[in-house]
Amino acid sequence: MVTLRINGEERSVEAPGDMPLLWVLRDVIGLTGTKFGCGIGQCGACTVHVDGNPTRSCLLPIGAVGDRPVTTIEGIGATPAGAKVQKAWLDLEVIQCGYCQSGQIMSATALLNSTPQPTDADINAAMSGNICRCGTYVRIRDAIKRAAGSKP
Amino acid sequence: MSVPATEEPANPGRRAFLGAAAGSAFLLGFYLPLGRSAPRAAGKRFEPNAFIRIERQGVVTLVMPQVEMGQGIYTGLAMVLAEELDVGAEQVLLETAPPNDQLYANPAFGLQATGGSTSMRAFWMPMRKAGAGARAVLVQTAARLWSVDVAGCRTERGEVIHDASRRKIAYGALVEHSLGVTPPRDPPLKPVSAFKLVGQPLKRYDTPDKVNGKLQYGIDVLPAGVKFATLALCPEFGGKVAHVEDAKARSLPGVRQIVVLDDTVAVIGDHMWAAKQGLAALNIAWQSGPHAAIDTGEVWKQLRAAGAGAAVTAKAVGDADKALSQGERVDADFELPFLAHATMEPLNCTVHVRPDSCEIWVGSQVLSRAQAVAAKAIGLPLDKVTVHNHLIGGGFGRRLEVDYVETAVRIAQKVDGPVKVVWTREEDLQHDVYRPVYQDRMAASVVGGKIAGWRHRIVGSAVIARWLAPAFQKGVDIDAVDAAIDLPYELSDMRIEYVRCEPPGVPTGFWRGVGPNNNVFAIEGFLDELARKVGSDPLAFRRSMLTKNPRMTAALDLAASRAGWGQPLVARNGGRVGRGVCAQAAFGSYIATVAEVEVDPSGEVRVRRLVCAVDTGIVVNPDSVIAQMEGGLIFGLTAALYGEITVAKGRVQQSNFHNYRMLRIDQAPRIEVHLISSGESPGGIGETGTTAGPPAVRNAIFAATGIPLRRLPIDRDVLAGKKAAVTGQRTG
Repeated sequence: MVTLRINGEERSVEAPGDMPLLWVLRDVIGLTGTKFGCGIGQCGACTVHVDGNPTRSCLLPIGAVGDRPVTTIEGIGATPAGAKVQKAWLDLEVIQCGYCQSGQIMSATALLNSTPQPTDADINAAMSGNICRCGTYVRIRDAIKRAAGSKP
Repeated sequence: MSVPATEEPANPGRRAFLGAAAGSAFLLGFYLPLGRSAPRAAGKRFEPNAFIRIERQGVVTLVMPQVEMGQGIYTGLAMVLAEELDVGAEQVLLETAPPNDQLYANPAFGLQATGGSTSMRAFWMPMRKAGAGARAVLVQTAARLWSVDVAGCRTERGEVIHDASRRKIAYGALVEHSLGVTPPRDPPLKPVSAFKLVGQPLKRYDTPDKVNGKLQYGIDVLPAGVKFATLALCPEFGGKVAHVEDAKARSLPGVRQIVVLDDTVAVIGDHMWAAKQGLAALNIAWQSGPHAAIDTGEVWKQLRAAGAGAAVTAKAVGDADKALSQGERVDADFELPFLAHATMEPLNCTVHVRPDSCEIWVGSQVLSRAQAVAAKAIGLPLDKVTVHNHLIGGGFGRRLEVDYVETAVRIAQKVDGPVKVVWTREEDLQHDVYRPVYQDRMAASVVGGKIAGWRHRIVGSAVIARWLAPAFQKGVDIDAVDAAIDLPYELSDMRIEYVRCEPPGVPTGFWRGVGPNNNVFAIEGFLDELARKVGSDPLAFRRSMLTKNPRMTAALDLAASRAGWGQPLVARNGGRVGRGVCAQAAFGSYIATVAEVEVDPSGEVRVRRLVCAVDTGIVVNPDSVIAQMEGGLIFGLTAALYGEITVAKGRVQQSNFHNYRMLRIDQAPRIEVHLISSGESPGGIGETGTTAGPPAVRNAIFAATGIPLRRLPIDRDVLAGKKAAVTGQRTG
C-alpha cells in the first residue's frame, strides 16, 4: 500500500513501488487527464507537478514520490497560474486534438510559477519537451505570454 | 439503427460534456436556454432528418456525422446547421453519430468516413439543406397556426416571428404541430449575405473539456471491471508467432492472462504497468514470413524499376511527346519516404465481448467499418455491435484503418469482461499503415523561357485500390494523381502518368495530405528548377502560367507581398538565407505559401517564417481555418526536416520519438495566415498546410544554397557540401 497526495487529497493505492505514477493515476485511481504518449519521457504528455516541479509521470516510480504533493491536470485549475493558463488556452483557442494539452498546460503552468515573465528563450527551454503533433506551437507561445500578462 | 437518446444537462448553462446516454458515446452539453427537457417520448419530437432533433421543450440536438479529431469539424458543421436552422450557436447540443452508412455516409466516399479534407466540402450543402428544411417546416407550422402567409414570417434565434402581428413562437412550441411533416426537398437557403454565424469566429465546442482533463478519449474509458492489455505484434512484416514461453510473465503480480493469436501476443493485467511488465517477461519466438529480408533499399530498387517501366495515362492534353522533343529538355526525379502517423494518442481500443453482443469504445475515422470488422471477427450481426466513438487524439489518416479494432476484438474474444488494449508507442510506430514511398518522375521542355511540354509520372502505392476499391478505375489511383492532373497552371501539352507499385510487405495508407503530398512537392520543386533554368523569378514564372486563374494569382500576390518577396534577407547565424514559394490548388482550396529559411554551414535548416495566403471559398469558422493552416504547416515541416521510416530485415527501424523526430516548439517558425474572402463554396483545409509547407521550404533552401533537393527529409550532409544529392539529373 502506497499513500500519495494528489490534488490535495490523500490516496492509498495497492500498487508496487516501481509502478510509474502515470499508470497509477490513470488505471488505478482513474484520473485519466494525464496522458500516455511515449513511455520514455520524450513527449511530455504525462507531465504532472511533483512538489511544483514539472515531472514526467511515465518515468517516476510511485515509491520515489514519498510525501511530495502531486498535482495533475484535474487539479491545476485550482491554482492561480493554472487557471490563468487554462483561460489563455481557451481565449486563444490553442487546442486542436487536445491529447498533448494536459502536458502542455502543466509545463506552461510550472514555467509561469518559476518565471512569471518568460522570454521566448525561457518558453523554448520549458516547453520543448512537450510534443504537439497537431502543431499548436505558435498559439502555445502566444498563450503563455497572454497568461503572463505580457501579450494581449 | 435508432438515433441515441438525448440526456439533458443537470446544470443548464454549463459548458461541458455530459455523461454517456444509452447508445451514444457521449453528448456534448451546451447552454440550454429553455431549461430541462422532459423525458424522451417517442414521436413527440421533431426529427426532420438525421442531423436535427428538436424536443418540445426546445432542446435542439445536432448530430455530427463527421468525427472530431482536432480539426474543429464539430464546430464547423454545427455552425452550418445552426445557421440555416436559425438558432444561436449556444442554443444547441452536439451529439456524435452512431455507425450508420445509410444516414451518415460522407457523400465524398459513400461511407461514414472523415478524411481527405472532405468534411466541409461534402457536407456544406447537405447541412445547409438539413437546417433550412427544418426551418421551412417550422415556419410553415407557425404560419398555419397563426393563419398568416408564410412570406410574412421570419426566423431568428430559435423563434418564428411574424412582424406584422408582432407575434413570435419558440421552435419548441411548434414541435407538436410539426410532427410528421416532411421538409421540402429543396428548401429556400439563406443568401450568403444573410449569414450570421458562418464567417464569424466561434469558440470551439470541444475545447473547454480539453484544458482540464475531463474529455474522455478512447484511451481513457474505464468500463466497470475493465482489464488492461498491451501487445506485441510480430516485429517482422508478415511474420507469425512460433512459440511463447510465458511462465515468468504469469508469475508477475497483476498479470491475469496471456493471449496468443497467430501474429500477436497480448498480456492482460490489472493495469497497463502489469501488462507491460508481463509482456517484457515473455520469451516470444517469431516465425519469419515472406518479407523477412526486406529493407528500404530493396523497396526503392523496386519502385525505381517500376517507374522506368510501363505507365497508365491519367490525363493527357495536347501532344506532350512532341512538345517535349522541342527546346531544352529537363528531367528530375523527386522521392518521398515512408512516414508514420505518430498520433499523440497511441492506438487503442476497448472491447467487451459478451455471448451475444459486443461493445466497443474507440476513436475511429471510419465508424461503420469499425463496427463491421468487429461484427465479422466475432460472427455477430451488425446491430449486436455497439460502437462508442470518442473524440480522437490525432487521426491524420491512421484511424481510417480498422486493423487495430480487429486486433483488439480478437484479443477481447479470449477475455472475460471488458479489456482495454493499448499499443505502446513502439508498437504504434512499428505497426503503422505507412505513408507510401513515392517517386515522381518529372520531365519538361522549355522554349523561349516558357514550358512547352510537361510529363509527370507518379510511381507508388494505390491506397485507393485497397481502401475504396470501386474508385480504382483503369489502373489509376485518383488520390495518387490528385493535384497532378488538375494543375492550376496553363500548360498546353502535357501527360500525367501513373505506375502502381506496392512496396513488398509494408502496409501503406492515407497520411495527412494524401496524394498531393508527393505531387505538390514534385511539381513545385520542379518549377523552381525550370524557373532557374530560364533565368526567371520563381514567383513571376508561376504567375505567367496563371493568367486564367485569378484565385491562385491573388493568393500568390498576397503571400508574396506579406512575406516581402524580393526584399533582402539578413542571415542571423552566419548561414545562407532564402525564400521559397509554393502555389497549391488542391482540396478545393487555393493556397500560396512563402517560406523563409536559413541554412547553416553544418547543413542544419532553420525555417524562420512561413507566410500563407488562403482562398478556401466561404470560410465557416475563420479561426479554425487559421489553426488548421498553422498545424498543417508544422505537420509538413516535421516531415520535411525529419520524417523517414526505414526498414531493415523486415522490421521498421524507428521505435519512439527519440529516433522518429517531431518538430518541437523551439524549432517552430513564425507562421502568418492571411484569409482571402471569397463567395465560392468551402474548400477543404485540413491537409493543405501539410502539402504546401515542404515545397516552400525546399524552394527556400534552393534559393539559399543553389542545391536542388529532390528527396525528403532534407539531407543535411548534402546541404553542408559533404556529399552529392542522391537523385541527380536524369536524361531520357
